[in-house]
Formats: sequence, C-alpha cells, structure tokens
Amino acid sequence: MTQSALHQILDYANRPNPYPIYEELRKTPVFHEDDGPYVISTYYEIRSLLHDPRISSDARNLTSTTGGGPAEPPQEESALPPGFLKLDPPEHDRLRRMTNRPFGPPHSPHRVDGMREELHDIVSGLIDGIGDTGRIDLVEQFSYPFPVTVICRLLGVPREDEARFHTWADTLAASLDPDPDADPAGRGKEAHDARMELGMYLAGLIEERRKNPGEDMLSQLATAKGGDGPMSTMELLSTAALLLIAGHETTVNLITNGMLTLLRRPDVLQRLREDPKLAVPLVEELLRFEPPVQLLPQRTTLADIEVRGVTIPKGASLWLVLASGNRDPQRFENPDRFDPDRRDIQHLGLGSGIHSCFGAPLARLEAQTALSELARRMENPRLLEDPPPYRQNAVLRGPRHLPIACDGIRP
Amino acid sequence: MIGDGSLERFKREGRIVVVGASLAGLRAAEALRDKGFAGSLTVIGDEPHEPYDRPPLSKQVLLGKAVADRTALPRLRSVDATWRLGVAAAGLDMAGRRVRLADGDEVPYDRLLIATGVRARPWPREAEAELDGVFVLRTRNDGAALARRLAAGPKRVLVIGAGFTGSEIASACRERGLAVTVAERGSAPLVGALGGVVGAVSAEMQREHGVDLRTGVMVTALEGDASGRVRAAHLSDGSTVETDLVIISLGATRNTEWLAGSGLGAGPRGIACDAGCRAFDVRGIVTDDIYAAGDVARCPHPLFGYQFLSLEHWGNAVTQARIAAHNMLSESIDRIPHMEVPAFWSSQFGVNIKSVGVPSLGTEILIAQGSLKDHRFVGVYGYQGRVIGAVAFDQARWLPFYQELIETTAPFPPPFPTVDRHSDGARPLDADFPDPSIPTHGPTVTLSGYSPADRRMTFTPAH
Repeated sequence: MTQSALHQILDYANRPNPYPIYEELRKTPVFHEDDGPYVISTYYEIRSLLHDPRISSDARNLTSTTGGGPAEPPQEESALPPGFLKLDPPEHDRLRRMTNRPFGPPHSPHRVDGMREELHDIVSGLIDGIGDTGRIDLVEQFSYPFPVTVICRLLGVPREDEARFHTWADTLAASLDPDPDADPAGRGKEAHDARMELGMYLAGLIEERRKNPGEDMLSQLATAKGGDGPMSTMELLSTAALLLIAGHETTVNLITNGMLTLLRRPDVLQRLREDPKLAVPLVEELLRFEPPVQLLPQRTTLADIEVRGVTIPKGASLWLVLASGNRDPQRFENPDRFDPDRRDIQHLGLGSGIHSCFGAPLARLEAQTALSELARRMENPRLLEDPPPYRQNAVLRGPRHLPIACDGIRP
Repeated sequence: MIGDGSLERFKREGRIVVVGASLAGLRAAEALRDKGFAGSLTVIGDEPHEPYDRPPLSKQVLLGKAVADRTALPRLRSVDATWRLGVAAAGLDMAGRRVRLADGDEVPYDRLLIATGVRARPWPREAEAELDGVFVLRTRNDGAALARRLAAGPKRVLVIGAGFTGSEIASACRERGLAVTVAERGSAPLVGALGGVVGAVSAEMQREHGVDLRTGVMVTALEGDASGRVRAAHLSDGSTVETDLVIISLGATRNTEWLAGSGLGAGPRGIACDAGCRAFDVRGIVTDDIYAAGDVARCPHPLFGYQFLSLEHWGNAVTQARIAAHNMLSESIDRIPHMEVPAFWSSQFGVNIKSVGVPSLGTEILIAQGSLKDHRFVGVYGYQGRVIGAVAFDQARWLPFYQELIETTAPFPPPFPTVDRHSDGARPLDADFPDPSIPTHGPTVTLSGYSPADRRMTFTPAH
C-alpha cells in the first residue's frame, strides 16, 4: 500500500466506493505508516481484537500523539461524562447493563417487538407525506426523520416536542459531518447551542419523569430499582445523548444505503416487494455489504500485542475497518456480491464483543420495516443520480441526499 | 473402499442406523442427508418423543415459562428416516451388523452411529427412589412432572447435588418463591466443574437468593410417610430436612449397558473412539463401521494431552454429530477430526455462566477480569504453565479471546494487563478442585483416561 493509504480512505472522492481501497489495504492486514494509527482490515484479525481485553475504548489510555486521526469526528465540547461507548469495564458494563434493563432481555424482552406497529405507522406516515414523486430526496424526506421519531418515542419525548427534538438532532448530525466550505466557527457555535439546548431540555424531562414516571425508557432509567440503582442525571444525559447520536446517524445510513443498494438491483427489489419476509436476511446482508459504521477509530492497546507478526505497541491507536473485514474473501465467498440468500453471514456490521451495537434489535427492525414498505409502496422507483452525493464522514458513511423518483405511491 | 466405487454405492443404497434420537442423533441424521446419503436411514430412540431440546427442562420449563412437550428441536432439513421411537436398543451384533431392539426386532446396518447419551443417575436406594415426590430430571417426562409439582407449591424442595443441573433447579425454585434446601457432598456448588474459588462465588449466590445450602454433607436416607410420600431427608451431619419434594441431581450415567458383551470398547465411562468418532473395540482396535457422538462418546483431544474426554455439552453433541456423519460417508483421507474446544453455558440465579476449555484440568486460576465479589468476572485456569480453560460469570463476550489462548497453548498466567483488572487478579490462586478420586456431581467434562479400551475397566465377555 502506498504512503497515502489513510488519505485514500479519508479522501472524499472515494466516498461512493471505498471498497477497492480496502481490498488493497487487506494485502497488509496490519497497516501502519509514520505516526499514524495501526489499521486492521482483515476479518479474523478484527474479530479477535474486538474480543481482546487488552484493547481499550477509553481515550484516556491513548498515549500516541496522533489520536484517532482525521477520521475522528470533531470532539464534542461537552461537560458530559463519556457515554458507555467510550468506556471500558467495569464502568461500561454498569452503564450498559442499566441502559439495557428497560430496553432488552432479560428484563424487557418485549420493548423492541412492542414497537413494531408504531414503527410501521411512522413509516406509513412518512411515505404518505412524500408529495411530488418526480423528485424525492429519500434522506431528507424519509431516512432522516424516521429514526429520530423512533428515538423520541423510545425515550418518551412528548409528541408536541418532537419537532424541536428533530431540529437539535439535525444540527448535531450536521456538526458530525462538517461541510468544508461552511464557516467552521458558525457551525461550531450552532452545534454547541444545540447541544446545550438539548441537554437542558432532557434534564427538564428527566426531572419531570422522576416525579411522574411512565413506561418510556427515560422514566425507567431515572427510577430504576435494580441492583445498580437509578442513573444519576449526568449519566442519564450522556446515555440519552449516546442513544440519540449512535442510534440516529447509523440508522439513517443503513436505510439509505439499503435503498440505494436495492435500486441498483431491481430484481432484488422486486423480490422484496413480493415477499416482505425477505427483509430479514436482506438487512443482514446489507449490514455486511454496506455497513453504516465503516471503521472503529477509537480503540487503543493496553499492552504491546502481536497481530499477524506485527507488534503493536502499548498506547497505540487502532482502526478496525469493519467494512473491509466484511469484504474479506478469506471469510466470505464472493464478498463483493450482494446476496440476500447468503447463509453464512456472521458480519462485523454491528461490531462484536462488549461494545457490539446496543440498539441492534431496534436498528434491524427499523431497516426491515422501512425497506419492505418502501419496496411495497413505491411504483417503479428509480435513482436520479448514481452515485448520489455523499456526506463527508468516512466513518459514518452514507449519502447526504438520495434523489429518486417513482411513478406513484401505492396505498 | 478406496477407488472401487464401493463408497459411492454405499452412499446410494447403503443402510445407516442411528441409535439415539436426541440432539446428536437428529443432527447426525440431518448431516448424513445433507452430505448426500441416499440410502436407508433408521433412527432408534428409547423415548416415545420426537427429538427435543433438554436445556430448557431445567430452566424455562421449571419456571412455567415453557411447556415440556413444546421443546421439540427445530428441524434443519427433512431426513426421510424410519423412526423407531419408544423402543430401546438392547444389543449389538458386531459380526452380523445388527442392532437388537428391546421388542425383539433386529435392524441391520452397514454403518452404525451410536448416540445413546446419558441418563440421570438414580437415587441408589431403590425403595426410597420409589417414594412419591422423589424426582430426577433428564427427560421431557421428568421435566413435565417436576414442573407440575413445583406449580402445586411444595412446602420445601430438597435438591441433592449442586452440580449445574441441581443449581439450575434450585435457582428456578427460588424464582418461583419456593423454599429450597440444597445438599452437596463437596465443599461448594459447581466445585467439581469449576473448583473451589469459583464454587465459593456460587455458594454466595445461592445463599443470597435464599437457598438453604448445606455443603460437605451427604443425604443418608429419604423417609416416606404411611401413604408412601416423601416427608423428610436425613443428612450425614445428623440433621433432618422436612421436605415434600426431592430432586436427585447426582450427575449422569452413560447409556452403554446395551453394548455389554458386544465386543465394542464401551463401558461406564462411555464409548472410546478415535478423533474421527470411530469406535474402538475392546481390543483397542478401531472399527470402521461403528461411530459414536454426543455425551456417550469419549475421544482423545490433542489440546488436552490426548486425554479421552467425554463432554456432556450441547455444542459438542452438535459438532461431533456432524463430524461423525461426514466421516461415515468419507474415504479415510477425507475424514476430519473432532477437535472442538469444549464449551458450555448455564443460567442460574440471574447469572449467565459460560466456560471454554477444560477448567477441571486446571490447578491454578487467575481472575483476569472483574471481581469475585461482584459475581462478574472471567477466571482463567492454568495447567503446567499454560492456559487450559476459562469461565465467565456475566462476562461471556470475552470468552472467544480466552478460547484463542487455549487453542494456541498460551502461557499461564497470561503476562499482560487487561481492562477491568482488580486486586483479585494480582496473582493466580489455587483453583482448589476436589480430589479427583472423590466423585462429585458436577463435572460435565470427564477425563476418562488414556488407553482407548481402558484396561482398568472390566468388560464381561458374553462367551
């Protein structure tokens, strides 16, 4: 690989199709140049490191000067403690366990499944509201609003406040993906203000929920009576922020990448239209083929460790390129083929190990619902631009707009 | 069978008999068809039920969250077999290649797979075992009957033996709000499988959940009332436990009696076979037409000094069945060895316990992550300077890493720091396994010796 390997990954020109770069990268499974991060691109090595207790997600253990490098999203200037995504056990385990209590099994096995009908209704509402079918921006009109609404319902944001919540979420999302031409100072201030307002709003809502708890997650987190007790307000705020950011961007990209992939393969789209159950294996293959999180840039080593004959020193920054591992021919047959019938599908799209995607069951259900309904209701949908314009972000990669058209919307 | 087309002919029109219609038997039958076996396939099972899953029987079924007769194993494909259910195999004629059934029928085979598994070890005093209210738990019928009794609200349950099954039963009883006493001969629950350091955690968990745990005691007698119902148990420390429901949980006995005198290398420790699942005969010579898989098989493992391991593990039954099926349909050079690293899980008192490797081989344990006090930790077992096993309490996601250490015979203690290292993990401790000559109820991995036919056992010739 040439000197510019990392720059190629980060180069915006490669955003529509980074996979040839990954293929090149896999020839050097542990890639390192100058004082940059150690980049791991092969399936088995990534999977091992995801289960390796010598790897930390806590930036405080990073001693190399490069940090996450330029792919690292801009640091949030925030007084909040880090969410559990950026913590190691035992703090990570405690917060994740507490957050899981009102979300998934064993204590809340029905939370996600109980949202099935609600997700369907939100999707139906968004499709009903599409309007002019001659030019639709699927991102603006569908992929973006859907997950934010879902998170509002999950957290228990009152319906009348959802619009304000959307505005903050949009601003924060934009700050994760700075437009190089925009005024950075102005953008930074907007994001800062949005974060402050969102934080104040959530703090008020938490206060209110402590007094009058409902069935929503925020209420249950604020009043939990499990062995770990209730979360402090600060912990709750950083957890809510984590759910919002991590559960939003990724789902937007999963749905948009999914529709893009389907529109490029009309035969698969047709199959999905005829058989909505295909959505289940199709979304798994999508998580392999176009994962919404392309790489994990935040890990660091607690000791010198050897990977494929290369010693990675203690305190080094690691990038685990999930999207490359998912296309590793050592693991998957015909890795560059999108095949919803693939049976051997243990992809890395949702990570693995203790930090594996917290919201995975919800994300899967959102994508399955969205894609099967879009396929069912859009008549003769087609891409207006291919490739579509992408967002800057190389980590949370996805189209900024997805201009499509169709002949009409079925009831 | 080399190059003369006989293997192809066998795959087309041969006869395979699978004895045992549980997890290993079913998965083997499916694998045989998957791999193109088109001949006749007969599956023999002593229970009248279609293949069903056992792990839920000591968990969801006892909690009333699942019904015992709805635990059928999912079918991965159709197997087009003749099912002989509800009739046990009673004998094997190796020379005549026939399995004799309890009803007198004989089923001829060209190749045979034995997957007869184990059964619950019964209470040794027969008259006491007959008392109403005395149960074992192994089969679907056991599970259904026990679940009914638990639902009826017994005054106090006594569980004899605190291995994994006994501990899971005690956990289910507490979750149902029932008073429960556990009597264990060893120093702690799970001590045979995981040693005393981890056993102490398990004891703490039981007591915190309100189990009346008695360790270092034996139940010397069960006492019935005039109507033949159990009313009390007498313990070796002189105490008496008043109880109306007793569950005997003393581990398992391998179902090999039907092979006595057949000439096959089968005995109380299981059926000795090679790494390719081919059974040995009593002379230590490997057969080429008889295979074994699942709990009843014991085979040498290169990672564990070629000791013969019997594994009462769900995952082992599945992979061993597939490998046996593959090898039954392969020329010798195409056969594959069964070298899976042992793994099992249990769920009790709200904690997920998972293990890889063979902890019971270990002499030392290092609490590599988490802490014993919190009941959340990864314990790594060492044997002669290498990592030999690991156990996780509510920390299962780390185990693939430790499995790699076992597979690569990494040094013990692991010479590196990890996340979540506590003072517990400063240095290795004595793993504190009981003297192996004293039987415990818990081990689900049995080290059963080196010699294939195991000359220490007495095989009684039929003639």
